[in-house]
Amino acid sequence: MNPQFATDYPAVTPKFEVGARVKVRKTAPLGHIRTPFYIRGHVGEIERLCGSFPNPEELAQMRDGLPAQPLYRVRFKQKDVWPDYKGPDSDVVEIEIFQHWLEKA
Amino acid sequence: MSTDQGRYQPFSYYQLMETSLRELLVEKGIVTNEQVNAEVAAMRNRQPERGAKVVAKAWVDPEYKKRLLANGTAACEELGLEIPGLRLVAVENTPQVHNAIVCTLCSCYPRVLLGIPPDWYKSRNYRSRMVREPRVVLKEFGLDLPTSVTVRVHDSTADMRYIVLPMRPKGTEGWDEARLAGIVTRDCMIGVAVPQVG
Repeated sequence: MNPQFATDYPAVTPKFEVGARVKVRKTAPLGHIRTPFYIRGHVGEIERLCGSFPNPEELAQMRDGLPAQPLYRVRFKQKDVWPDYKGPDSDVVEIEIFQHWLEKA
Repeated sequence: MSTDQGRYQPFSYYQLMETSLRELLVEKGIVTNEQVNAEVAAMRNRQPERGAKVVAKAWVDPEYKKRLLANGTAACEELGLEIPGLRLVAVENTPQVHNAIVCTLCSCYPRVLLGIPPDWYKSRNYRSRMVREPRVVLKEFGLDLPTSVTVRVHDSTADMRYIVLPMRPKGTEGWDEARLAGIVTRDCMIGVAVPQVG
């Protein structure tokens, strides 16, 4: 799959295709995490591969964050995320999530 | 710095931290005051009009619009806009889909294109409710979308930054790019408003 933005960094190989169903790992490691709590454990589909970027969790600890992790935009249906969501079933929320937070669903 | 004219206010915790850190960096020769002031001035000079220019061009030039949607950064650079480090994703409003941008984690925003975001964008109120109940929030901004329109919220959690490409409204036939750019407000590019004619 073609990333939207190229990377100069050594990077982990992307493993998910557009449209793949993925689940966000439900875990709570310490430190600086860019995966919001509200989406952990939820299932969505890959909307695009943004590119590969240094891991912010490592950058926050003054490490270089390499190899770069593939970053995807993942689309979730709001009715799946919020049990009492008041809006049409078609409403979605799209979030950038790093590959190491995603599992095949 | 207190915005309350003529009344002394002691620094808040974060104002004190910012001043202390900046003074320490200058003292240690890592940055100079001139460099800091130059960056602040450069950011203040960036205004939403830069994004409006991009939107207006996409409205009049379908090939440019395709390039914008494929790579927002390259499309801005094409217009000679200085956007250091920005990885811009443009998302298009259609009659079926309305896009809105938020950063729940902090306040990520395409600052190097549009300048500083509004205070409400940085508020916990907006950041928490925009993913949770976007239609309620949009209605508070005066945008009451029918259920036939899908609301697509983008949570700007990592390296991407977003701009909404609103639909070109009726009543703008024959307008030139400058006139079109004039109706594209910052809020239209965040997705809490749509361009108005007249």
